[in-house]
Amino acid sequence: MMCSIQITKGLLDKYGPDRVLDTPITEAGFTGIAVGAAYQGLRPVVEFMTFNFSMQAIDHIINSAAKSNYMSAGQISVPIVFRGPNGAAAGVGAQHSQCYAAWYAHVPGLKVLAPYSAEDARGLLKSAIRDPDPVVFLENELLYGESFPISAEVLDSSFSLPIGKAKIEREGKDITITAYSKMVGYALQAAEILSKEGISAEVINLRSIRPLDRAAINASVRKTNRLVTLEEGFPQHGVGSEICMSVVEESFEYLDAPVERIAGADVPMPYAANLERMAVPQVDDIVRAAKRACYRAAPMAATA
Amino acid sequence: MAAAALLRRIPAARAPPTALMAARTISDSTAPLTIETSVPFTSHIVDPPSRDVTTTPAELLTFFRDMSLMRRMEIAADSLYKAKLIRGFCHLYDGQEAVAVGMEAAITRSDSIITAYRDHCIYLARGGDLVSAFAELMGRQAGCSRGKGGSMHFYKKDANFYGGHGIVGAQVPLGCGLAFAQKYRKEETATFALYGDGAANQGQLFEALNISALWKLPSILVCENNHYGMGTAEWRAAKSPAYYKRGDYVPGLKVDGMDVLAVKQACKFAKEHAVANGPIVLEMDTYRYHGHSMSDPGSTYRTRDEISGVRQERDPIERVRKLILAHDLATPAELKDTEKEIRKEVDDAIAKAKVSVAFSVLFLVSL
Repeated sequence: MMCSIQITKGLLDKYGPDRVLDTPITEAGFTGIAVGAAYQGLRPVVEFMTFNFSMQAIDHIINSAAKSNYMSAGQISVPIVFRGPNGAAAGVGAQHSQCYAAWYAHVPGLKVLAPYSAEDARGLLKSAIRDPDPVVFLENELLYGESFPISAEVLDSSFSLPIGKAKIEREGKDITITAYSKMVGYALQAAEILSKEGISAEVINLRSIRPLDRAAINASVRKTNRLVTLEEGFPQHGVGSEICMSVVEESFEYLDAPVERIAGADVPMPYAANLERMAVPQVDDIVRAAKRACYRAAPMAATA
Repeated sequence: MAAAALLRRIPAARAPPTALMAARTISDSTAPLTIETSVPFTSHIVDPPSRDVTTTPAELLTFFRDMSLMRRMEIAADSLYKAKLIRGFCHLYDGQEAVAVGMEAAITRSDSIITAYRDHCIYLARGGDLVSAFAELMGRQAGCSRGKGGSMHFYKKDANFYGGHGIVGAQVPLGCGLAFAQKYRKEETATFALYGDGAANQGQLFEALNISALWKLPSILVCENNHYGMGTAEWRAAKSPAYYKRGDYVPGLKVDGMDVLAVKQACKFAKEHAVANGPIVLEMDTYRYHGHSMSDPGSTYRTRDEISGVRQERDPIERVRKLILAHDLATPAELKDTEKEIRKEVDDAIAKAKVSVAFSVLFLVSL
């Protein structure tokens, strides 16, 4: 791979050149080829250097992969995985920083996963590859460098995680915070800060954006009565909007406060470090939103 | 006059005299016959195949029957559309039958085919049946995609026909992916990815060709050049309309797509080439009588004289009829009878398809 990240390091030696292939920088072409191979029953794993480049191939992901099983009334199945880093990195600018979770999760026929921890990455990728349908697997470049403790069970070769199930990363009783990918770590930090101020936050690691674990989210909100949705991507039509609607549909009477939405700023990602920091959610944004939902906010004028 | 010209060029091999004198039925003989293609092949960086094509009386009669069935199906679909039993998109293939039939004659069901939205006849050629075709067009349960796909999304996986694609050009990289799987599994089979002169300018084609050439995939890119991309003539859309040359470093062959024997020869040649050496481009010079789709009369960007001219001079079914008659493989009356049978077959299939109902809304979210 031409990738500086080297997720596939060692695979060529282990599995050989028939199974691990470098491609030219032609996303539409190689993605179409991979989907065609999946039509024939192979199980390709397509790597996009980042999901920003998946836009060049998005017709194949959606029209050739996602919709084929339905259009063919089940004749054609497409057991393919599209994986790669998603969302903002550091200082890479507007064209290299977008989060695609909301875009892909919009489409029937796709499954969309977003691992946070090493356990998530291992367990979810195995399930994604085994799944008979197309799966979009949204990793995160900054998380590649983070270490996570894992159990022997996770290291076992048969370990896998089910698609469509969220994980309660931290139990709490006063407020629910939903997050995915890198934002799970931020939410956990925020929960730590909130606990010192007497607010017990429950952090849900979504793991699966489509299908969304609506049962887990609603069960949590029915327990805590307050919700903050957290994501790095643009706010309009984002993942948080869908979560909010799910809660309104199923648990409206349980809400004691309006749902708070934390998302990236509604601008293309700027380059300057201080602007970039302002364009993505930070831990204190999450803390502030949680307090607002708990009616513990400082007066409006002091939110600067 | 065309038949006479053919007679002059045909070498000695023809039906033995005894067959002419015996009380004759339509010939189902498998005695080999060699017939010259209408024109020689033009090639790009490869030696073209011979224009002498081996066939048999039985095969020629099958060609006549299969193409006539396709023609009848498409014309019937036109009527059903005007009667509002078919809705939405409907892209008809009449005029292009020789490509579907000739290709099928050169390959096996282990080879794969993928095409765009003008797919009804390819479905038939791959073993699809009339009832499921008409039922799909009318959105009924008995449809080959159970009413979920429509005209543009016919598939027959068990015959290695992978659809039926609505996005112009997308089927070509997909087809190269089918070829990837064939090579990966060491199957010695090839994939024919069909596209039109309109799609020939799509960038993803060149991306897929590049990868196919690098990885030596058994991909055969077949440009069904009917000279109009929707309503745009080829010379207005392509700086170079020599589609068989557009592969650049990939060899190509230009074929008279209205001559089923030429198509068969070219596809046979292409398959052998692709399995041994990697990708090859075939340009089929063909023509569609209908407009791009049922919403296009097809006469605002071409003259009626042009359309009727092709019908008179180059119609693929008429060419085969003349060959059959010239070689005395059947009488005109016998061929007319065949056509009558076909009409009945199509009418019966439509009647059966009409009886099938559409799914209830319960089936919206399940297969």
